[in-house]
Amino acid sequence: MPIQHIKNISIKGIAACVPKHTQDNRTLALLGNEEQIQKYIDTTGVITRHTVEGQELRASDLAYEAANKLIEELGWDRNSIDCLIFVSQTPDYILPATACVLHGRLALSNDCFSMDISLGCSGWIYGVTTIATLLQNGGFKRGLMLAGDTSTLTKSPKDKSTYPLFGDAGTATAIEYQNGAEGIRVHTATDGKNYEAIIIPDGGFRNMYNENSNVEEEFEEGIIRKRIDTSMDGAAVFTFGITKAPRSVKSLLEHFQIEIDSIDHFVFHQANKFMIEKIRSKLKIPAEKVPYSLDEYGNTSSSSIPLTIVARLREQVMSKETAILACGFGVGLSWGSIHFKAEDLVCPDIIMK
Amino acid sequence: MKDKLIEQLKEILEVEDREINLEDKFREYEEWDSLAYLSVIAMIDEEFDVVIETVDFKKLLTVDDMLQAIESRMK
Repeated sequence: MPIQHIKNISIKGIAACVPKHTQDNRTLALLGNEEQIQKYIDTTGVITRHTVEGQELRASDLAYEAANKLIEELGWDRNSIDCLIFVSQTPDYILPATACVLHGRLALSNDCFSMDISLGCSGWIYGVTTIATLLQNGGFKRGLMLAGDTSTLTKSPKDKSTYPLFGDAGTATAIEYQNGAEGIRVHTATDGKNYEAIIIPDGGFRNMYNENSNVEEEFEEGIIRKRIDTSMDGAAVFTFGITKAPRSVKSLLEHFQIEIDSIDHFVFHQANKFMIEKIRSKLKIPAEKVPYSLDEYGNTSSSSIPLTIVARLREQVMSKETAILACGFGVGLSWGSIHFKAEDLVCPDIIMK
Repeated sequence: MKDKLIEQLKEILEVEDREINLEDKFREYEEWDSLAYLSVIAMIDEEFDVVIETVDFKKLLTVDDMLQAIESRMK
């Protein structure tokens, strides 16, 4: 059973950076007439999105800004950072790992472990779990877990089933070895049989880029995309989300005998409001405990959990102990939950780039 | 079982004043759209505690197919 308690580590800070540029679903012709637009917004909850549209900004640039700000505000010596992880599915290059590029830009010491993790919606859960595991023995003292995606670059602007949901963002989470610290409690899981539920079919090495990759194909009205765009089976992902996410949260809480009442906030991956509300009602969590950032930023993939914490819980995590249960689920299919107590976090205001 | 499913479908499709019959091809309802589809998946999960995987759901044509799929999974 992939449930574990990783002790002796402490989350010290979280920062997030989004593009200044915004897109507004209220005026997006792709969604149809006024009534259809309103129905879309009421269902998904996504009103505006910060995107890199028309700019040179990339996921690593956004994560870099978040990391730089966080290092400065923490007052960390750059030479004291022993490990760096970058979670993304929109890396700079096929190779090298973007974590290495970021390591250089952030001017970290050569005595540093750096690697990329290729996950999306569950990415923050997996990134934090991985870095916490690296730190828990005290060999490494400080770690930076960066997560960022420019999901909008992988969506067809003519696909209403994906494009209007997504926003771009980069985040940084700082974690430190601290002997005796409570640490994090984690559940992680994978369903690899359904890997095609969310997929970019072409451009990797299974289906290498070819003359058909860049050809538009119409699947139904308002759903036109190429084979280098993300295809998402909305119904399959929805069925997956409303069954696996509540089960993940429940199994973690039951395993450690944690009461729902003792948790201040449940931060769900910002997939869409309809799905999160179903998950919330299945778990019988009061509405005020479930913050949303998707109204303003959309679904920001691996950034959505830390971005929601910075955007909606910042004052609280900076000033008082806050018990948080974060749950991510999606592309992979991959999912997981983390329970932790945020205390005196360094949490700079959202950076606009 | 049957009555409960039909009642729930009426509510989702907002067609309380119309008959829904077992032989109806639900995808042909004018009110059937992607949101109705997701709402039906969620309703079956909530009301019957049953999950119909998407590959199986796509094979269902009529309300009766849906009913059978739910019943077979409840056993």
